[in-house]
Amino acid sequence: MNKPVRQALFSALLVWAVAYPIFGLKLAFAGVTLQVHGASASTLGLIAGASVLLFLRVLFAEPLGRLRKGSGKPWVPPRVSNYLTLPSTQRWGLVALVALAFVWPFFGSRGAVDTATLILIYVMLGLGLNIVVGLAGLLDLGYVGFYAVGAYSYALLSHYLGLGFWECLPIAGLLAALFGLLLGFPVLRLRGDYLAIVTLGFGEIIRIFLRNLTSITGGPNGISNIEKPTFFGLSLERRAADGAQTFHQFFGLDYNPAHKVVYLYLIALLLALVALFVINRLLRMPIGRAWEALREDEIACRALGLNPTVIKLSAFTLGAAFAGFAGSFFAARQGLITPESFTFIESAIILAIVVLGGMGSQLGVVLAAIVMILLPELMREFSDYRMLMFGALMVLMMVWRPQGLLPMQRPHLELRQ
Amino acid sequence: MSQNNLLEVSGLSMRFGGLLAVNGVGMAVKEKQVVSMIGPNGAGKTTVFNCLTGFYRPTGGTILLAGEPIQGLPGHTIARKGVVRTFQNVRLFKDMTAVENLLIAQHQHLNTGFFAGLFKTPSFRRSEREAMAYAEHWLERVDLKAFANRPAGTLAYGQQRRLEIARCMMTRPRILMLDEPAAGLNPRETDDLKALIGVLREEYGTTVLLIEHDMKLVMSISDHIVVINQGSPLADGTPEQVRGNPAVIKAYLGEA
Repeated sequence: MNKPVRQALFSALLVWAVAYPIFGLKLAFAGVTLQVHGASASTLGLIAGASVLLFLRVLFAEPLGRLRKGSGKPWVPPRVSNYLTLPSTQRWGLVALVALAFVWPFFGSRGAVDTATLILIYVMLGLGLNIVVGLAGLLDLGYVGFYAVGAYSYALLSHYLGLGFWECLPIAGLLAALFGLLLGFPVLRLRGDYLAIVTLGFGEIIRIFLRNLTSITGGPNGISNIEKPTFFGLSLERRAADGAQTFHQFFGLDYNPAHKVVYLYLIALLLALVALFVINRLLRMPIGRAWEALREDEIACRALGLNPTVIKLSAFTLGAAFAGFAGSFFAARQGLITPESFTFIESAIILAIVVLGGMGSQLGVVLAAIVMILLPELMREFSDYRMLMFGALMVLMMVWRPQGLLPMQRPHLELRQ
Repeated sequence: MSQNNLLEVSGLSMRFGGLLAVNGVGMAVKEKQVVSMIGPNGAGKTTVFNCLTGFYRPTGGTILLAGEPIQGLPGHTIARKGVVRTFQNVRLFKDMTAVENLLIAQHQHLNTGFFAGLFKTPSFRRSEREAMAYAEHWLERVDLKAFANRPAGTLAYGQQRRLEIARCMMTRPRILMLDEPAAGLNPRETDDLKALIGVLREEYGTTVLLIEHDMKLVMSISDHIVVINQGSPLADGTPEQVRGNPAVIKAYLGEA
């Protein structure tokens, strides 16, 4: 047997070896004992089909590759691609996308708008973490801690002092930034793996602290009935609290719960756009360049008179502030927060968004947030295999695009001629 | 020693545990001089550099920059006072473009206000424009203008060396310290380097402190040479004095 055939046979066998135990065998209880059942004929057929396909794919890998290389023509005619890459075209494209994002929820379904709001929260978180991990190169596994600080600051201020969402938003951001600064100090001398471990611990400390501070935070039960944001003082609930007016009464509309959902979406969109704008400007400011320089070479930074301490702390602080904003919005949207909303898996998802999007890339973060949140929602029916698919997606990404979906583009700076 | 020394080092020593890497090194550098430090491999030349630039905290001795003691200060503080260095193995920000490398180094001369940058105020725009103009000036000087938007890590070795010197010049240094700038350069590039160091001194009034093994280069551009062997000062003088010094010849070539 020659080599391609042998390889192809081996691949086909591998399909069976992997797929049969996972899909083909089912465990069932019969009384107190476990029984192993075989799979249905259709499942076996599917596995057989997959193995045949892989067999053919490996067998004809070489001619297929030649075929692909042979058709070297560009997909898009050059004139069109020139037009598409013009800065003015791209600016108008961006404006159109933003306009679309503002308009569609008025026509979209309630569930879709709700999911989009969740995506926007993760966009904010991803953008914030991108400062720390993508730009400054400091691997932070406890980012969810700042998210929790933001959420609890709003929840507690609203619960005990009766403050509204809009007053609390900047306070939550500042408090999270303060925690970012506090975490920054002890980890100044750490890098890489060591930094990751310490920040991981920090995230867990905040969660466990919140869970055990029962007298103030309600412990594992969390805080419920958190007020929703108001529209210039108008409540979007069916009935307003004493003395307040509701949105639908003021405008003489019938009460519609969709108003609230759309309003929350619009707030999230606004916050995400502000975050996008601010970080985009930061990137082109001396501090943004210093973050990247720190990621590239800390010693060279010092030799040029850049103070690494200030740069690191500013990255931690600003990154945490965005998590604080996202957190207080999250609390307002959910109306109920518990420490279990802020487990390590959240940090992992946010980090996955940053890595998947392409470290340092803003648009990459947006795209990756959509992928990471939308895919599980769309694949609810396969929810048993959700983690399997998640893992498969990660493996495929690392094989095909290790630099991320939309890797960071270096800014092209025009010189005077 | 006289008062008009820009840099004055005396009795500098650096001990790592039981190892005395630098022992009682002294030197005096006047404004606009080119001073070289030579010595066999492992003599402690780079350790002296690390002490002068604050990467190590010297265990003894004094370092005066224009009469002000700077020994033991953190590296970035010393750099802000105008003592800037290059590295033996080039340390550029490799993923960033050449011009970005130059912009980073100008942080002291830029408008770093948060809100100024956020809203792109006129003063922010002006300071960025000036930084770009200065970066462009130096890219032209070191013949890298065509590579301005290339990631620094993709440049050829000689180009990276030139970019690193240009990046130091962005900080408007008083003393530029070059750690083996000619290592890995071909003879033509070494000649260019020699011309560049001349330009630094004549046009920009920069004082240059040099570690170098290329004796032809050292002898032709130095005003003063300090020889170090096994951490201790061996000789000190003009190129002619050092060239004829029997102790130096012995250290380099072994016993006759």
